[in-house]
Amino acid sequence: MLQSHLPLFLVLVVALGLGVFILVVSSLVGPKRPSAVKADAFECGNPPSGYARERFGVKFYLVAILFLVFDIEAVFIYPWAIVFSDSTRGAGTLSPLLVVVEMVVFVGILMIGLAYAWRKGALEWGPEHGKGLETTTAGH
Amino acid sequence: MTSYTTEIIDDGKMLINMGPQHPSTHGVINFLVETDGEVIDRAIPEIGYLHRGIEKIGEMVPYPGFMPYTDRVDYLAAMFANESYAMAVEKLLGLELPRRARYLRVIACELNRLASHLVGTGCMPMDLGAFTPFTHWVRERETANDLTEELCGARLTYNYLRIGGVSQDLPVGFDKRLLQYLDHIEPIIPEFNRLITGNEIFVKRLANVVPVTGEEAIAYGLVGPNLRASGVDWDLRRDLPYSAYGEMDFEVPIGKGVRGVVGDCYDRFVVRIEEMTQSIRILRQAVEGLPEGELTCKVPKKIKPPAGTDAFARTESARGELGCYLLADGTDKPARVRFRTGSFAAMCIIEDKSPGLMIADLVAFIASIDVVAPEIDR
Amino acid sequence: MQDLVSFLNSQLQTVFGLSETLFPYVAAAMVLAIAFGFTVFAAVYAGVFIFFERRIAGRIMSRIGPNRVGPQGLLQFIADAVKLIFKEDIIPTSADRPLFKLAPYLMFIGVVAGFAVLPFSHRVIAADLNVGLLYVLAITSITVVGVLMSGWASNSKWALFGGMRSAAQLVSYEIPSGLALLPAVLLSGSLSTQEIIMAQAGSPEHALTAGGWPWNWYIFHSPMMFVCFVIFFIAQLAEGARLPFDLPEGESELVSGYNTEYSGFRFGAYFTAEFANTWIAGALCVIVFFGGWQIPGAAVPSAEAIAASGATWTWFGYSIEYAGWGAFWLEALSFLFFIVKMAGVVFIIIQLRWTVPRVRIDQMMTICWKYLLPLTFACLFLILGWMIVLPWESTAALVVRIVMALAGAVLLALYAWRVRYNIHSAGDKVYPHWII
Repeated sequence: MLQSHLPLFLVLVVALGLGVFILVVSSLVGPKRPSAVKADAFECGNPPSGYARERFGVKFYLVAILFLVFDIEAVFIYPWAIVFSDSTRGAGTLSPLLVVVEMVVFVGILMIGLAYAWRKGALEWGPEHGKGLETTTAGH
Repeated sequence: MTSYTTEIIDDGKMLINMGPQHPSTHGVINFLVETDGEVIDRAIPEIGYLHRGIEKIGEMVPYPGFMPYTDRVDYLAAMFANESYAMAVEKLLGLELPRRARYLRVIACELNRLASHLVGTGCMPMDLGAFTPFTHWVRERETANDLTEELCGARLTYNYLRIGGVSQDLPVGFDKRLLQYLDHIEPIIPEFNRLITGNEIFVKRLANVVPVTGEEAIAYGLVGPNLRASGVDWDLRRDLPYSAYGEMDFEVPIGKGVRGVVGDCYDRFVVRIEEMTQSIRILRQAVEGLPEGELTCKVPKKIKPPAGTDAFARTESARGELGCYLLADGTDKPARVRFRTGSFAAMCIIEDKSPGLMIADLVAFIASIDVVAPEIDR
Repeated sequence: MQDLVSFLNSQLQTVFGLSETLFPYVAAAMVLAIAFGFTVFAAVYAGVFIFFERRIAGRIMSRIGPNRVGPQGLLQFIADAVKLIFKEDIIPTSADRPLFKLAPYLMFIGVVAGFAVLPFSHRVIAADLNVGLLYVLAITSITVVGVLMSGWASNSKWALFGGMRSAAQLVSYEIPSGLALLPAVLLSGSLSTQEIIMAQAGSPEHALTAGGWPWNWYIFHSPMMFVCFVIFFIAQLAEGARLPFDLPEGESELVSGYNTEYSGFRFGAYFTAEFANTWIAGALCVIVFFGGWQIPGAAVPSAEAIAASGATWTWFGYSIEYAGWGAFWLEALSFLFFIVKMAGVVFIIIQLRWTVPRVRIDQMMTICWKYLLPLTFACLFLILGWMIVLPWESTAALVVRIVMALAGAVLLALYAWRVRYNIHSAGDKVYPHWII
């Protein structure tokens, strides 16, 4: 197990080393002409108005929470997939149908959660275009 | 700008400058955007950011000498500012143009409108993230620019028109090359439509986005394609014909709400595409029916309109009605020059329409009203 | 990788007569060299892919594209890298310096580490993990952290918007992309990338069922599997921030998104990572849905047979010794198969990028949560039922797979015909002429 991960760490170390090496080379050969304007945060050529870390749309955090719920479930389904696969080969002690039913119940609960989030409007972003608009034409 | 900043910072929302160094503000435009990250509370265009005082310069140069400056009013459609100014002076002097000069003006202007709309409709998908249509349109515009270069020696700032006519006649073989170009570009418009106008993502991004009703468009003083996209059937070329437009047969496309409501961003885009087809139609007629005759009428050596007389002339520019007002004071320089431009009016509607839009919608909206930065402020 | 090392070792021993005592050092050096080779390979491949993309983009936009550095501009990426190295490294004063510096590394690591478990052939794989698929999904999501970190650390509004957007997008699409791979796990019973590839084979006895024939690919297993592929493909477009989902850096909206403040090689790291990400997406498609490196007709020896010596590949009746040079050419051929398939997927990604506009963020969220997610679950259960009714080995399943494969071929032909039609209707020609 550990032995199979060893090459992985090696690749990681080499990749990291390569990255550091290139950046060191870059810092050695690259020009250094700092100026106050150059080191300003970019705001389309204007001096920054106010700070960047201000009040921000809460929807992004909502997505993060939804993700946490669903991704953990998704990861949970992976081991189950192996169990199911084994059971179809007769390797496990469980019958395939039972395994499927268990997952149907599990995903069913998950889907109720999704439906709830949907109904609550957690999946709505921004204005609904074209709602409640009338088609109007005016002559001159 | 400072006053805006302090005023808005007080309510604790995030403020951000959009432009001038922003890919989707066409040219040097600055917006102050108040947003929560995606949804915009307010986008304030800073009108006057690119003010260069062209109108003031007009008061300091003799009448004919101002013509090259008018090119700088709208760099994408310089011919129309030329024409507006020329027409205003002609009105002051009461000149009557020869028929050939009128036709040449139509050819020059429609070629310019085609080139301008090629950029306008090319920028639209580019601002929505599709870069390819723009490169194709710029490729086509290249030929249009080549033709204009043959005509007047310049590709962007033409200075082609003169008070009382045009500066040069068509070069030898120009009509043949122009017709060749028209034959070439006509089937490319359907190809463009297949590539982008009918694209489902494109439609979803534009249909129903920022609809401007006909009443609103009139109230805000929108002109040209923006006005027509809102369903208002008004085109100077047809309704108050000038130069040789009265002799041309063409249709005026108006917004029909093909995929959404009338006056949405998609309509503004489609109207421009359809206008290109009509421009091609007009160009064909103008080249084929080009009459023989003089290039200019008799113009007095010294242009000195009597003091107190004034004139207002307007043309249907690529960006809508481009009006030019002149007030004479009896010298060889006007007392007052004033341009009334389409981009200025279009810019004014942005702030009122911006609340509740997303940043992506604002970008689409700015692209759809096809503003050109120097034309806003002159 | 041990497999590769021991193979090379045995060759060295027989060819150069190296003694057994030197073995550990040679092996260690070799492992390092191979690890280095993989990293360089990743970088070079990303570079070649950038060339690929730029030339295709040029073609689509009716311009030429890079053609000056090296043959046909193939070495342009080296020139670009050198240029980036020689650029000034600017860190804004308002930025959070440690985080600002750390973020590009995270991007880089996320991509290279994901690269390590991609099997290019039976033996060319850095690490064949038993949880390979899960590992790729997990490690490539490190890039989310990198992106968010860069957006936050830059302390610039456009970068922050980009970081937030991409965090929302990347985490959202992780769910459908992860779930769309699940049917393959169900079918193969393994999370190892190698085993998933090797499970996409019919009975090894017959040359027409053994190995990587299209009707053994998982994509043609059932109609739902095809839907799963489409879902996965869309989700990977979003994961790699490619059009129509390039909102995180949508240059006409957010200037450049999360990497607005980066310059020099730090920007280069983002750039490379983004391209390599697309490549990983293509590779995952090939591994899970297109039979990986499997050669049509070639039956790979089982793990037990390899452990006991004398294992052979059988290919159209020929037996090729697993440890010999004959197998080496077979490996090279399977490598080629893998690369060609992957290039095909990547080509479609590129073509999409230069054809369609960008979606809006609410549309992006709607596509993910309201369409892809329920659809994935539906497909998952339908495939479960399908597996119980029609097991992989049954003849009926094989017939269905062959029909599906034929339908796929028709689809591909239609696609090629459309491309040809569009090119020719523009009065254009394709060089060389016989291609389309």
